Amino acid sequence: MYGLRRTGAFFVRKAARLVTLLIAVSILSFSLVSLSPIDPVQAYIGADLMRVGAEQRENIAAYWGLDAPPPERYLRWASAVVRGDLGTSMIYREPVAKVIQEQFFHSLLLMLAAWLMSGVIGFLAGSLAAMKKDSWFDRFIVWYCYTLAATPAFWLGLVLMVVFSVWLGWFPVGMGVPAGVLAEQVTWLDKLEHLVLPAITLSIVGIAPIALHTRQKLIEVLSSDYVLFARARGETPLSIYRRHGLRNIAFPALTLQFASFSELFGGTVLVEHVFSYPGLGEAMVEAGLRGDVPLLLGIVLFSTVFVFIGNAIADFIYRVIDPRLREAQAS
Amino acid sequence: MPLLEIERLAVSFTRYRSRWGKEKVQVLHDVEFSVDAGEVVAVIGASGSGKSLLAHALLGILPENFSASGTIRYRGEPLDAERLKQMRGKEIALVPQSVRFLDPLMRVGAQVRLSVRGDDPYAAQREVFHRYGLAPETENMYPFQLSGGMARRVLVSTATVSGARVIIADEPTPGLQAEDVREALRHFREHADAGCAVLVITHDIESVLTIADRVVVLYAGTTVEIAPAADFTGDGSRLRHPYSRALWQALPQNGFTPIPGTQPQPGKWPSGCLFAPRCDQASPECTFSRPELRTVRAGQVRCIHAHSEDDERGISIDEAASDGI
Repeated sequence: MYGLRRTGAFFVRKAARLVTLLIAVSILSFSLVSLSPIDPVQAYIGADLMRVGAEQRENIAAYWGLDAPPPERYLRWASAVVRGDLGTSMIYREPVAKVIQEQFFHSLLLMLAAWLMSGVIGFLAGSLAAMKKDSWFDRFIVWYCYTLAATPAFWLGLVLMVVFSVWLGWFPVGMGVPAGVLAEQVTWLDKLEHLVLPAITLSIVGIAPIALHTRQKLIEVLSSDYVLFARARGETPLSIYRRHGLRNIAFPALTLQFASFSELFGGTVLVEHVFSYPGLGEAMVEAGLRGDVPLLLGIVLFSTVFVFIGNAIADFIYRVIDPRLREAQAS
Repeated sequence: MPLLEIERLAVSFTRYRSRWGKEKVQVLHDVEFSVDAGEVVAVIGASGSGKSLLAHALLGILPENFSASGTIRYRGEPLDAERLKQMRGKEIALVPQSVRFLDPLMRVGAQVRLSVRGDDPYAAQREVFHRYGLAPETENMYPFQLSGGMARRVLVSTATVSGARVIIADEPTPGLQAEDVREALRHFREHADAGCAVLVITHDIESVLTIADRVVVLYAGTTVEIAPAADFTGDGSRLRHPYSRALWQALPQNGFTPIPGTQPQPGKWPSGCLFAPRCDQASPECTFSRPELRTVRAGQVRCIHAHSEDDERGISIDEAASDGI
């Protein structure tokens, strides 16, 4: 098996990369926020603006250390982050870490559902299309994928909402739970009902890359010399798919699926906003629009880690499962 | 009765000439030869003569845009596409060119076991590995871990365990060291001696002559000569077709004489004898029509100038032919 030492070295290397990546991302996003017209004091005061005088505002700024130059402010913020203190969200009036944790749990369900659905459906559709290359089914899949690859997620979400929620009334129009119901009385079924449309929107968009990739890869495999030899040995198309096709396309597909965490996260932000679904994406949009700088930066860092983990898993799968990489390194 | 007989085999493919027009291009035509049980027949020819396609046509595994016509008989029974499908891997086995024909993500032992027709694949695979001097741990290796010689032995193993009576080897020797070449070819000879019909498709005339009984020479998609292997000797004067002789004389140890011109591309074949444009014996009648395959001195040849030994003393065939016309 894959050496324990190699696995350890792999994770140490990845961790080092993550640290440098986080430093780079934090500096970049902190600079962008500093340069943006967002005034944290104004964002904090909100509607009470008229009642707070200029002097008071300066006092607040001085209290927060906003009068210091940006590099100093960055260092103060970064050292707090390192100690595990991401600050307090102005919108939620709660520690940023807690907000992210709660919101991420809502998003996780949505992302997981969409991720699994798009992966499974995309893989099957791509496989079938390649097996029946140039048939009407294949043409349909390819047409569908190209069309959807060019469709923005938010627009698709709006269309689905109009059709299934407004016209047909099958699903609720938005939100994560029914309005006007006490939190204790919300059932799992309610939550599921609210999850369906956002999850479908997100997965419909996610199907295209995995289906196209799987189709292309399987066509390559089917025209390879080893499949020709399998045919010469008398193997049927189905057994060729099972024995040689799956083996050779599953890992690349899995890798692609893990590497797509960034698209998944980006799509979630849009879809949650369209459906007013209370998740991390929606929190990010709110934080951006209402100038909640600590929350915004916290989510940026969190999403960096999230996407990085996806990529690291993809990388790890390749190294551990593909014998060409595994045993070439071991020997 | 020959185990495998091929008659007037033709292979063509369809290609798009323009946006709307398709055209059929012939790659192989009028290929004829047979292989007896216990015999090694070598098919030789330069690259581009259609050698690999011949192997694929015999197994019915041509690419989709290709079509084949003609007759392939196994033990006298004509094989149609359906019958061919049932036979391949069971009665007719392919020994492919290189390690690229093995699934890169499957252990080689498992791939050999896929070819076993009996009820104990493990025993059959281990026995054949032992027989070919492959260490027991080889079965757990992946194709990329095999050396060239090991890969050869694994590929031959797949044919051996299948118990097929007809073995078609497609270019079994390129890129191998001299020792591995001899060993690879010896395995084919052993199969023939055990009663199989073995067809070795190659451009390595020299090596294959050490095991072949008969040689089929392919040029521009057709058989130009079928000769006993013993005729490839000396200056090649016992060969019947000028192309076979030229091929023989082009070998380094036989004078290294190059043949002028190039083999015509499929679709651009001359109307008469295909070799006429490059042939130093070509006469006007060579360009009229394609010569039929005819028997000359225990071999067959597709050339109107070929003559048997008796004719050498009297009038030659070409004079007789031109008198006749």
